Amino acid sequence: MIKVENIHKSFGDAHVLKGISATFDSGKTNLIIGQSGSGKTVFLKCLLGLFEPEQGNINYNERMYSSLSTAEKRDLRQEMGMVFQGSALFDSMTVEDNVMFPLNMFTKQSRAEKQERVDFVLHRVNLVDAHKKYPSEISGGMQKRVAIARAIVMNPSYLFCDEPNSGLDPKTAILIDTLIQEITKEYNITTVINTHDMNSVMEIGEKIIFLKDGLKEWEGTNKEIFKTDNTAVTDFVYSSELFKKVRQMYIEERN
Amino acid sequence: MAWEVFKKPTKWSIMRSLILKEIDELIFGSLGIIIFIAFFIGGVVTIQTALNLNNPFLPKSLIGFAARQSVILEFAPTFTSIIMAGKVGSYITSSIGTMRVTEQIDALEVMGINSLNYLVFPKIIAMFMYPFAVAIAMFIGVLGGWIAAVFGGYAPSGEFIKGLQMDFESFHVTYAFIKTLVFAYVIATVPSYHGFYMKGGALEVGKASTTSFVWTSVVIIILNYILTQLMLG
Repeated sequence: MIKVENIHKSFGDAHVLKGISATFDSGKTNLIIGQSGSGKTVFLKCLLGLFEPEQGNINYNERMYSSLSTAEKRDLRQEMGMVFQGSALFDSMTVEDNVMFPLNMFTKQSRAEKQERVDFVLHRVNLVDAHKKYPSEISGGMQKRVAIARAIVMNPSYLFCDEPNSGLDPKTAILIDTLIQEITKEYNITTVINTHDMNSVMEIGEKIIFLKDGLKEWEGTNKEIFKTDNTAVTDFVYSSELFKKVRQMYIEERN
Repeated sequence: MAWEVFKKPTKWSIMRSLILKEIDELIFGSLGIIIFIAFFIGGVVTIQTALNLNNPFLPKSLIGFAARQSVILEFAPTFTSIIMAGKVGSYITSSIGTMRVTEQIDALEVMGINSLNYLVFPKIIAMFMYPFAVAIAMFIGVLGGWIAAVFGGYAPSGEFIKGLQMDFESFHVTYAFIKTLVFAYVIATVPSYHGFYMKGGALEVGKASTTSFVWTSVVIIILNYILTQLMLG
């Protein structure tokens, strides 16, 4: 579980996060949504420890990040997995080497043990015949799967995903969403996903936090988002004709 | 940046393979162009010296002497370093810059890896092999000069070799290698800095490569002047 208490973050005169508090539960897919410039990426980078907030606390299973020593912070980082928007695979390495990279860096496992673990996670993300290929030789959807495999290879307690569906077709996007949700439940990971994708919100939004101008505007689930009267949320979520109709149908059905 | 590069080192087994890879790419990968340029520069220096020594009272051995001094003191260490600033420097900036743009550096940081140590330290260590490349450049430069002198009809082989041995000061070679080591550090670090701290997209990677080449060359030329004044002045 990650508990965020009143965090503030500024860059020069720009006050990006203005006191956000939230709790992200383990075994659930927690989504952060909001318009561009609302502070989602900065918030995610604070959760990852890449930005240190000026004020407030972030607790990872009762461990307050700001009070940890450098070595403890390093250990905590090894409990985190991250799926970047552009996958961020090392393009000079094969798929197999990308996934094995954290094992090489942080474990003393034998080559056979590492290979077994890599085979297992690649099989888990449904990539069985791409071991020796380079990132440039596989599709965007496959790259996302490799990124997920690399993120979970160390058995992380926390999984962070920045726009995991960006650039993917709707069908592949749903497959990636489903995969992330399955892995979250299977390994009881605290998963935090930064997304713009309304399909993800409806499909896997077990807990949704809506940010607006650096503040938490709304919090709820994908069921509750249909019922909310918060205009900032409805304007954002139901901006497309399709979702407007979906919501109308839901309201009509409820009445 | 300098402190971060040497802080929190990457596991030795990984670092060893990274260093070997960088030696292969930065040093062995540059030998071809270094040899090519050194050979022809040695030849041109010899021809130009010979054409300017038209006084019959001056011995032909001076051609060999001038070629040796020019190649060892200046052309092999400094000229080659400017070429390396372009070839190796732009490679370093663009490879690290591309990693920045595609979030690969962020991925390293998220994993708890000291990205500066992982990316820059192996390049610095690999560039310590650079004096070997410059030693080859010195030899090939002098060889180019000998071939130009003998086969161009500017000086007989014996006179040229006599000039090569004339008033030889071993400190000049030491001076050249000290310069080379300093330049090696500059070639590894200045382009790394420009790549690591760049912001933007693909276009900025190209701009950063150009900027890094300009700054690396400027730093090399200024340091060349300072070191020459300190060691030979």
